[in-house]
Amino acid sequence: MLEWLDPLLLARWQFGLTTLYHFLFVPLTIGMVVLVAILQTAWVRTGKLKYLHLTRLFGKIFLINFAMGVVTGIVQEFQFGMNWSDYSRFVGDVFGAPLAMEGLLAFFLEATMIGLWIFGWDKLPAKLHLATIWMLAISTTLSAYFILAANAFMQNPVGFAINEERGRAELTDIVAVLTNPVALAQFPHTIFAATMFAAVVMVAVAAFHLSRGQHIDEMRTALRFGLITNIVCFAGVALTGDQLSLIMVETQPMKMAAAEALYTTTAGASFSIFTWGTPDGSSELFSIRIPYVLSFLSTQDFMGTVEGINDLQAQYQSEFGPGDYTPIIWVTYWSFRWMIGLGALAALISVVGLWLTRGGRTPQQNWVWKVAIWSAPLPLVASLVGWIFTEMGRQPWIVFGLMKTEDGVSPGVTGFEVLLSLVAFTLIYGALAVVEFKLIVKAAVEGPKDWDKYDADEDGGTVDPRSLATVY
Amino acid sequence: MDLALLWFGIVGFLFIGYFVLDGFDFGVGMSMPFLAKDDTDKRLLINTIGPVWDLNETWLIVAGASLFAAFPYWYATLFDGFYLALLLILLALIARGVSFEYRRLGKSPRWKAWFDGMIVVGSAVPALLWGVAFANIVQGVAIDETGTYTGSLFDLLNVYAILGGLTTLLLFFTHGVQFVALKTEGEMRERAHALAKRSGLLTIVVAAAFLVWTAVQHLDVAHLPLIVALAGGAAVALIGSWLANAGGHERWAFGLMATTIALAVGTILAAMYPNVMPSTTDPAFSLTIENASSSAYTLQIMTWLAVFSMPLVLAYQGWTYWVFRKRLTRDLIPADAH
Repeated sequence: MLEWLDPLLLARWQFGLTTLYHFLFVPLTIGMVVLVAILQTAWVRTGKLKYLHLTRLFGKIFLINFAMGVVTGIVQEFQFGMNWSDYSRFVGDVFGAPLAMEGLLAFFLEATMIGLWIFGWDKLPAKLHLATIWMLAISTTLSAYFILAANAFMQNPVGFAINEERGRAELTDIVAVLTNPVALAQFPHTIFAATMFAAVVMVAVAAFHLSRGQHIDEMRTALRFGLITNIVCFAGVALTGDQLSLIMVETQPMKMAAAEALYTTTAGASFSIFTWGTPDGSSELFSIRIPYVLSFLSTQDFMGTVEGINDLQAQYQSEFGPGDYTPIIWVTYWSFRWMIGLGALAALISVVGLWLTRGGRTPQQNWVWKVAIWSAPLPLVASLVGWIFTEMGRQPWIVFGLMKTEDGVSPGVTGFEVLLSLVAFTLIYGALAVVEFKLIVKAAVEGPKDWDKYDADEDGGTVDPRSLATVY
Repeated sequence: MDLALLWFGIVGFLFIGYFVLDGFDFGVGMSMPFLAKDDTDKRLLINTIGPVWDLNETWLIVAGASLFAAFPYWYATLFDGFYLALLLILLALIARGVSFEYRRLGKSPRWKAWFDGMIVVGSAVPALLWGVAFANIVQGVAIDETGTYTGSLFDLLNVYAILGGLTTLLLFFTHGVQFVALKTEGEMRERAHALAKRSGLLTIVVAAAFLVWTAVQHLDVAHLPLIVALAGGAAVALIGSWLANAGGHERWAFGLMATTIALAVGTILAAMYPNVMPSTTDPAFSLTIENASSSAYTLQIMTWLAVFSMPLVLAYQGWTYWVFRKRLTRDLIPADAH
């Protein structure tokens, strides 16, 4: 068989691509629903129309995005069985439970509430309608929690016992699975990061309209709201990221060593911001280093000892038998840095933006707005490379210490079948990404409409207000 | 209480819920070319399922996740084995879902025609393939001792399975058309009545053939009377649904069709029992309720979860349908979507 028609390789590419693609939509969904819920609360409490306009506008952007999140999410669930059936057989007893919980507790609620929110504007009393978006926000967040708990099991398996006779991991403690320290740290980290992206999207939309001098009142509100949210959430991301790296050192020391390309166990290790040389770190020409910082990040002690890749490799070989237990170092090294760097840059831009717009000031220079618009993808890219780091840093394991990725792939699926699905998903996802991006840009550029005048159509006649309940 | 058997029932219930609910969404999507005369008609049809299609599709996600959690081996063998069929279903569901959302956002007829086509195909493909998949499960497929399917896509396309696929296709089609009759007023309602009358006859013939064949395949099993009772109940409900539609009793027609679908899936589940994936290679390789299920502890946790959540789920989903209970008419469709 041709080497590139290897089901394992193709299945890994498919999982990586479809997961990252799914995660293009997840942050905006998770983050935006909360921001829209806050705006709608402001509208219901103050009765100021600008809040209604903003709720409608960003609600529309949220909805365009939501549809994609739902349909690409089903692929994720099916994929475990389709491409990773041996993995599913091995961990299904443990791993399936949080997925079923997500479905029964969160997903049903989410899907119900979104229908009520979209179609309920005129059918439900204002406060009840407001409650639907908050329920939507809660269920979306809850859904993220269960998924992260499932992922945490792959990073740091807990609450299980191996049943030798059946050759599988069996659940012994659901509370341990749901309070996995990795999940507890990963969850706020992910939520804050998602809200950062939603916030900068709001900033970008506001900047676009402010640069054209339109919808000033609404858009100044949106701009400041987005900037402050982004800065607050960055603080949250940084603090929880710090927690996460401490847990990572405990549970997956190899991942931390790979993040820094630290080959030898070192006390008082420095953190390199930039390295010029062979990317695997084996020979270094030039680097900018902050002394002791890696030790502090890993142990909260500037002189703490950080285990190196070579020592861990030797340790794992004696524990798990011969084999290569290192992830691809250049991937982990650079993804870790890009994650931190891009996230920090987004926050820095917001701080400058807040200062430039202080006390009712409006910057006149066009480049200010351009920066605000074009910096919108920064937190999203940071999230994506963060996931690349988390998942690639776990390799060669699919469940750390229990099962290798190569042992999880479906035995009955041919390379051709996986190739077919990889190509099909790439094509349909690619086409949809273009459509989705255009639609969001279109909605953003159109800006807020005069929803308070919705009962007068273009000819001056009136439309039945109930018609708003039929949105398709 | 045997928890694995209970979960066979719960997973069955979730799939029944999925087929009853998303079934009429598929039917509305497939019937667009037959029922709609202009763009307003099409939008009227899409809006009948507008607030609920996403919710209905969620039943599949929950059914799939419950299958994974309660019967990991069944989930693994089914999804690995029926790879290409499931791939087609996934692509169709993606196409259908985004088309509902995106068709309204462009104005040109070409844009709309493109998404209309995707709605029809995206509804018909799953409606057909779910039947093919379940017919194959009940009939048994080539499974080796590791629980791996050793056949190909073409082995899945046998006569019995295709008949199963046509059965679900037609059941969902008529179900959707009857839903339109229930949810609209005026000319559209009349058109739906007439179409359901015609498609209903074909549905009765095909579904009866499939149910009889299913029963005949299981003549030697001990609980044949249960299978026959469920299949007979499905047939009676189906004929009752047709008569109710002909008599203009829309609620009865729709309710009896939902009953038909539930009993037909029930027939399949009963015919499977005690297997979940019978092996045609060697009965010893069959996946059964016992050997494919999760551990007792996992099933216990899941049972608490289901006991706690299902009443809530049914209550708030019922409430949604109540909120959107009013019939839709053409004049409620605004001239241009926002």
